[in-house]
Amino acid sequence: MSEISSTTAPYHPAIREERVALVDLLDRVLAGGVVIMGDVTLSIADVDLVTVSLRALVSSVSALVEGMDDSRENS
Amino acid sequence: MTESPCAWIYAIADEAAPVFTGGPIGVGGGAARPLSAAGLTAIVGSVAQSEFGEAALRQNLEDLDWLERTARAHHEVIETVAKERPVVPMRLATVYSSDEAAAAMLRKRADDLRQALTRITGRSEWGVKGHVAEPDDSAAGRQPETGDSASGPGAAYLRRRRAQLAARQDARQEAVVGAQAVHAELSRLSASARVYPPQSPEIAGSAGVMILNAAYLVADEWAEEFGATVTELAARHRALQLTLTGPWPAYSFVGQDGTEAAR
Repeated sequence: MSEISSTTAPYHPAIREERVALVDLLDRVLAGGVVIMGDVTLSIADVDLVTVSLRALVSSVSALVEGMDDSRENS
Repeated sequence: MTESPCAWIYAIADEAAPVFTGGPIGVGGGAARPLSAAGLTAIVGSVAQSEFGEAALRQNLEDLDWLERTARAHHEVIETVAKERPVVPMRLATVYSSDEAAAAMLRKRADDLRQALTRITGRSEWGVKGHVAEPDDSAAGRQPETGDSASGPGAAYLRRRRAQLAARQDARQEAVVGAQAVHAELSRLSASARVYPPQSPEIAGSAGVMILNAAYLVADEWAEEFGATVTELAARHRALQLTLTGPWPAYSFVGQDGTEAAR
């Protein structure tokens, strides 16, 4: 099959993004990293403290992948 | 004005952590510096209570510009250190009232932190995002420009529209199946994997529907293979638009979730 010529779109190549996208960064710095509760000033892990607007940033529309949305299933 | 500064923690490294000359400029404009205790080194910076104390922090986290500035500064320091040696990143806004309090945390959490450090040493995090590749609408319901078939332009439009919708449905279905296959294959190349909720198009600034937003912890000697596999998978699953990001410091594999995912 050679329907792909150089004039049409090539494969959808895995694009490497140059600049770190804010969304990707927020996924990681707000939901990743070591969490310390207790004697810190304020912990983002404490969900009650994280406001609705902030949560909207990290977890969004998602019914589609509900089934895949659990890291514990992955290994 | 005379309030003592708080200690913002960026990351934890081992004992032989770098001694910065000048230090990367971090959150709040202060230089990052090492703080050692319990055989570990925290990369910390002094931040003002007026901006990073509890009340201020709570408020500032609501401000997207502040959040972006802070997240980028946090990340840049971590990345700078990560180039030199393995680091365990801290969640954004891990702030202690003083260096002494931060050192006490190091002593208290030394075992956990050392374990996390071991887990991520020699490995990096890679991000893979998958969007539904938009089907080519014009191909799905191609119709002569004139549109004056026997059934008239209205019927022709409806026919074309139905074909477009069916094509989109198929494309999405195919993309979901593809995403599962991609995730399974990439997980096999990884020490650990973690799936994040998909990003909303408004926030991500992209039009497409995201169906895969995953992070993989990959041994450095496998990084090339991993990248090549992503490219190959992208070619195999044309219904899916894959994006590779990284290498990242191992943000996604040092917290509780990462611990559980790692075997």
